[in-house]
Amino acid sequence: MTSLLQIDNLETILHTGATPIRAVDGLTLQILKGETFALLGESGCGKSMAALSMMRLLPEVGEIVSGSVRFDGEDLLLMPETAMRNIRGKHISMIFQEPMLSLNPVLTVVEQIGEVLKQHFNLHGVMLQKRVLEILRQVGIPDATRIMTEYPFQFSGGMKQRVMIAMALVGEPGLLIADEPTTALDVTIQAQVLDLMRDLQHHKGMAILLITHDLGVVAEMAHRLAVMYAGEIVETAVCDDFFRNPAHPYSRKLFAALPSRTKRNQELAVISGNVPSLSDKFIGCRFANRCDHAWDLCRTTAPKWSRVTASHQVRCHLYDKDAGAKVQNQVEIEEADSRIIAVPQASTVNASTVNSKLLCVTDLEVHFPIRKGLIKRVIGYVKAVDGVSLTISQGRTLALVGESGCGKTTVGKSILQLITPTAGSVRYDGLELVGLERKRLRKKRAEFQIIFQDPYSSLNPRMRIIDIIEEGMNALNTKNDGGVSNGVRQPNFSKGEEVGALLQRVGLPPETKWRYPHEFSGGQRQRIAIARTLAVNPRLLICDEPTSALDVSVQAQILNLLKELQHSLGLAYLFITHNISVVEYFADEVAVMYLGRIVEQGRVDEVLGNPRHPYTRALLSAVPVIKLESKREVIHLHGDLPSPANPPSGCHFHPRCPNAMPVCSEAYPEATEFSATHTVRCYLYEQGVLS
Amino acid sequence: MLNYIIRRMFYAIPILIGVNLITFTLFFVVNTPDDMARMQLGIKRVTPEAITKWKQDRGYDKPLVFNSAEKGVRRFIHTIFFEKSAAMFAFNFGRADDGRDIAHEIKTRMLPSLAIALPVFLLGLVAYITFALVMVFFRATYIDFWGVVLCVALMSISSLFYIIGGQFLISKLWHLVPISGFGGGLDAGKFLVLPVIIGVISGAGTSTRWYRTIFLEEMGKDYVRTARAKGLPESIVLFKHVLRNAMVPILTGAVSVIPLLFLGSLIAESFFGIPGLGSYTIDAINSQDFAVVRAMVFLGSFLYIIGLILTDISYTLVDPRIRLE
Amino acid sequence: MPFKPVILWTDALIYLLLVVVIIFAWYVLRNEHLLTPWRRVGHSVSGMMALTVLILFISIGLLDTVHFRPAIENSGNPNIEKVYGVQVLSLLDVIVTPLRTSVEKTYSAPFATHLYTKETIELAEGRQVREFPRLKFGGAHLHNPEAQFATDVTWRTVKGVGLGLFIWCVFVVSLVMLLAYRSGKKFIRTLFSILRSETEVPWNAVFIVLALILSLIGAAMMLSTHYHIFGTDKVGQDVFYQSLKSIRTGLVIGTLTTLMMLPFALLLGIMAGYFRGWVDDVIQYIYTTLSSIPSVLLIAATVLMMQVYMETHPELFDTIAVRADLRLLFLCIILGVTSWTGLCRLLRGETLKLREMEYIQAAHAFGVSHWRIISRHILPNVMHIVLIATVMDFSGLVLAEAVLSYLGVGVDPSMISFGTMINAARLEMAREPIVWWALLSSFSFMFTLVLSANLFADAVQNAFNPRVRTLSFTNRKVVPLVT
Repeated sequence: MTSLLQIDNLETILHTGATPIRAVDGLTLQILKGETFALLGESGCGKSMAALSMMRLLPEVGEIVSGSVRFDGEDLLLMPETAMRNIRGKHISMIFQEPMLSLNPVLTVVEQIGEVLKQHFNLHGVMLQKRVLEILRQVGIPDATRIMTEYPFQFSGGMKQRVMIAMALVGEPGLLIADEPTTALDVTIQAQVLDLMRDLQHHKGMAILLITHDLGVVAEMAHRLAVMYAGEIVETAVCDDFFRNPAHPYSRKLFAALPSRTKRNQELAVISGNVPSLSDKFIGCRFANRCDHAWDLCRTTAPKWSRVTASHQVRCHLYDKDAGAKVQNQVEIEEADSRIIAVPQASTVNASTVNSKLLCVTDLEVHFPIRKGLIKRVIGYVKAVDGVSLTISQGRTLALVGESGCGKTTVGKSILQLITPTAGSVRYDGLELVGLERKRLRKKRAEFQIIFQDPYSSLNPRMRIIDIIEEGMNALNTKNDGGVSNGVRQPNFSKGEEVGALLQRVGLPPETKWRYPHEFSGGQRQRIAIARTLAVNPRLLICDEPTSALDVSVQAQILNLLKELQHSLGLAYLFITHNISVVEYFADEVAVMYLGRIVEQGRVDEVLGNPRHPYTRALLSAVPVIKLESKREVIHLHGDLPSPANPPSGCHFHPRCPNAMPVCSEAYPEATEFSATHTVRCYLYEQGVLS
Repeated sequence: MLNYIIRRMFYAIPILIGVNLITFTLFFVVNTPDDMARMQLGIKRVTPEAITKWKQDRGYDKPLVFNSAEKGVRRFIHTIFFEKSAAMFAFNFGRADDGRDIAHEIKTRMLPSLAIALPVFLLGLVAYITFALVMVFFRATYIDFWGVVLCVALMSISSLFYIIGGQFLISKLWHLVPISGFGGGLDAGKFLVLPVIIGVISGAGTSTRWYRTIFLEEMGKDYVRTARAKGLPESIVLFKHVLRNAMVPILTGAVSVIPLLFLGSLIAESFFGIPGLGSYTIDAINSQDFAVVRAMVFLGSFLYIIGLILTDISYTLVDPRIRLE
Repeated sequence: MPFKPVILWTDALIYLLLVVVIIFAWYVLRNEHLLTPWRRVGHSVSGMMALTVLILFISIGLLDTVHFRPAIENSGNPNIEKVYGVQVLSLLDVIVTPLRTSVEKTYSAPFATHLYTKETIELAEGRQVREFPRLKFGGAHLHNPEAQFATDVTWRTVKGVGLGLFIWCVFVVSLVMLLAYRSGKKFIRTLFSILRSETEVPWNAVFIVLALILSLIGAAMMLSTHYHIFGTDKVGQDVFYQSLKSIRTGLVIGTLTTLMMLPFALLLGIMAGYFRGWVDDVIQYIYTTLSSIPSVLLIAATVLMMQVYMETHPELFDTIAVRADLRLLFLCIILGVTSWTGLCRLLRGETLKLREMEYIQAAHAFGVSHWRIISRHILPNVMHIVLIATVMDFSGLVLAEAVLSYLGVGVDPSMISFGTMINAARLEMAREPIVWWALLSSFSFMFTLVLSANLFADAVQNAFNPRVRTLSFTNRKVVPLVT
């Protein structure tokens, strides 16, 4: 096949601060006609800037310093702007991460797609309408004639991304650049969109440059890939080669950091340190400071490309035959990587307390009234949580899994009484929390705490770390009266020393307590947030998507820390997440939530190994997997999550369920018990207890 | 939609009641009618008889809120509150000190006010948006930079200076148009040119800079990048995508002041001798004609509230996100 | 004691404001993260130039704030108890005594040696002529004005500018020495880096502005003792003196109004956003109602009522100065009451956003009390909005004062302000030949003050809010009077 896009030595800098940031630093890659090429990298590695440089759509602070981008043999960087406009939308199109922000809110779909046709094909009137309709049908939009005249805000996220794709494809481009096209979407929707992209590519024979941080998505989609780190590509390979045998230590670490069921009993590999600042000047290998295999050469000389196989190249001295004495072989690296510390399971330690139920939630309901009219009359309720029951034992982890909007965060907050439940009971250690008066509740608050998703908004930017951590201690006035002695606190410690000890506990130097949050990275902030909760000796931690805003390597650090804390302090976790692989790695039990209700719950091996509910099955099948051999069969769910203000009758899932029966729309199914721990609510199974 | 508008109108009622209470407190409770009479008649030589007469002439001789001398409902009706404050809801503003009916005055004076305010408003809107667009189109160049500098300089000049300077330069020095006055029909044109030009210039700094900010804010949004990625030329990106979105805050902001145009402008009208509501108010302030000031306060907030309702309606018209909710 | 200190109400509040500013500055200096945005202000060329001018204005205003009553001389009789004059003077008045006391008969043009109007003068031989008489003070030292005028003025200007530049040199040298000492570099190197504008703080721009200001002040000092450099007004008072006195009035209106409205806006705005529910409904109702009255009408009505009250209760004010001062204070309060709604709405919106932030949720999870959450989490995080609103409002308020005073609902007619100056001068617009100097000088003083305030506000806003948020701020004009 011939090369469609050839980028050579592209350098882009951003003039944002005092020193310019070299966002893209000598990028070289080649995309062939009709292939999917994935650019893989963690946040801040410059992959999006690389894509914008190709399109010459950099923000005003950005500047392309050198290099060439040849498309069909012509250098895009040398073209006049008018000629470049002819390329954009017609020969190269682009779709972006946030479909809700990337569409113009005040123009209809047909206006936005039609623009491309007017600009590049001089189509007008009926012809234009026909073509728009055609492309909308191609991207699988039902009822395209109606959708055409609607505005973007009327669609769900998945639908918007389809419209974006339609807009990008209507010019029949040779290359589609997709910048994190599914990151903002739920897994089931992600599966739909990825399938669509694959199909379309198949039919149209266009090339796709897929920019993503998700190894799973790459494995599903790409033919070839390049791994980007700190502004440059460190490894490039054919997909199969890469997944079978990643070469660069960074790539290998990424794999090792991925949580999965097989790693349950061990610590995840972490990449120490942080991504280097792109405004620094690099001398040696950019990864050297974080690399377990680095030696002197790595710190003094930047590695050249080395061949692993014909189609697999890596920028690492380990593979450089001329690198002198220190040539190492594959086996050694693998050994080094597999030096993994086994973690004793918390459950074994606390075996005696397993059965003591720490938290018992029964029929929890949180309904938010919808008010309308002159006197704000209540006309309905958003049933965010609609009868949820769950229990968590001392020292165990219950994962609450579900897609966005299913009410899982509301469950967490209403357990803590941050949101007052409408009905139901929350018993903590035998004490009913619902309706407990403020004073008595406050006394209990030390025992259950919460960790939030966004490490950037969970710490007050105007407070020092010491003040942040002391806040809870002061408010709850804890002095060794907590139920559990967490081993951190010693009686004679002053508060300042105590804060230092807590920071050390979560892996930060004690001196950092004098600093302000903005001086820390996302992962470090999450550690501080954990330290803040530990300061009051909690027994139950509600972790609300604590790692979903973090990169894989940082996620591994936080998961390790949480696991270790559970082991040593006997903490119980309610782990709210949408990430199935984290559940597999981390949780003891799992509850699957759909539209305010739990549809299936049980031990992790029961639910994830042998899912019974059609929704659980669909959810699990939609998660992209890395294993190349076992190509999974994706169960496609049609449509989107219904509104919790107006849930479908009967089983909430029936309009999207592939196995729906007439009875499903009539009444909500009773629980079916497959074992003492595994229950499902679905009419596919006999109602009641199965032997 | 209609339902929505009706609902908005109902929201206005408590606000109008609040305004009414404020004016009542201000004009009758802070200072008693006796005090006001003494003030008007001259502090030193004032007889109790003169005060009583003054109060009787204006109908201020009744109790404030409760008339114990009367019976039944009339206890509440024959009070200053009912006759002077509550009556304003029926646009019954009473008589000014010169004996003329205020409501009638307002009716006749609205048009001259509008004759200046409306052209200023429309010309201004077009001019400011155009300038702002030019500045945004040439953003990060010297045109933009000096445009902003000019805006800040224009903002820093007192509106009094614009009027005095304009009168001096155009009328007195160059003798182009009459310095002040007003006439009906075609004649009005020559009187209006100067105030309108000055009106547009004096608002230029603030508004142009504000519009420029709105445009720049829109320029930074993701959909602009999408539009560029489609290969659209910069002019279409600016005039179709950015302008359409920016027009939502600009238009709705503009609509909210349309009713207030009837009020005219205080200083411009008095400088140019235009018999509008603005000069009416000024004269009332200078002669301490409380009835007129009170009427204008109520009228002003009434028009403001209409402006709020119009804003809501215009939102539903320009923004599909609200129209189709 | 040859004088008796007088602290007027506005003086007291200005001192309070000064204390607050000093404490705030001290606190900011100790906290690196609070200092960072101020550093950005310091790096803005226009901002620092504006600040230099503003500091000059503020110093004049502060000098004019220290009030006292001088003792009346009663020579030779120490037994009699000291009597203090009724007239309240300020430090500024004392400094510019020649300006204050050299009162002519009526109008005279800038640098005039003769009156602006002809007068009938009786000559020695009993004949009467109508001519322009010599001024009592302006150019009185010249025996033959026609011949000596040009050289005298030039010589004095040169002397003044020279003096100004000398002071400038002293200042520059000492500042560069200080900078050199602090950065540990050599004097010459520091000087050159300033000249090449390599310093972070644009000292070269500051120096240029300073040179301009100091030479102007020098020239004014030399000239104004012997001439009325901006002419005199109807009652013969020096216009330059009036312009200087107007500065304090403008500054008081611009700052004290904010001081008055801040408690309302902060308390109500944060409460509405934080507690929501019925508290929010009530507060929203209050500010919607207040803001629905066109502010100029509300101000006019309130000031009218205040006037009536003051007229009918003259016993409450012992001197004219006290009365004028109280009226100024009331004007600030009224402006504050009518203008808090905009900031209140902004703060409510911001608080609504903040209360959903996860750190506030975390504080709730720790059972932190509402009061502590508001004071430790919300208040510090809305302070930048308050600051920006304060600096942005300042210039609008100074302009508003002029318009209100012109309308007759501003400061007391006996108080010198830009508005009263314009109001008095406007009446003379119809004169032939026109009396232009009072208008021009008040407008140029006001323009300089407002322009530098605007530029400084711009710099502050850019520094504190890099993501342009001017939208909501520029839209709130304090008094939308402009035509």
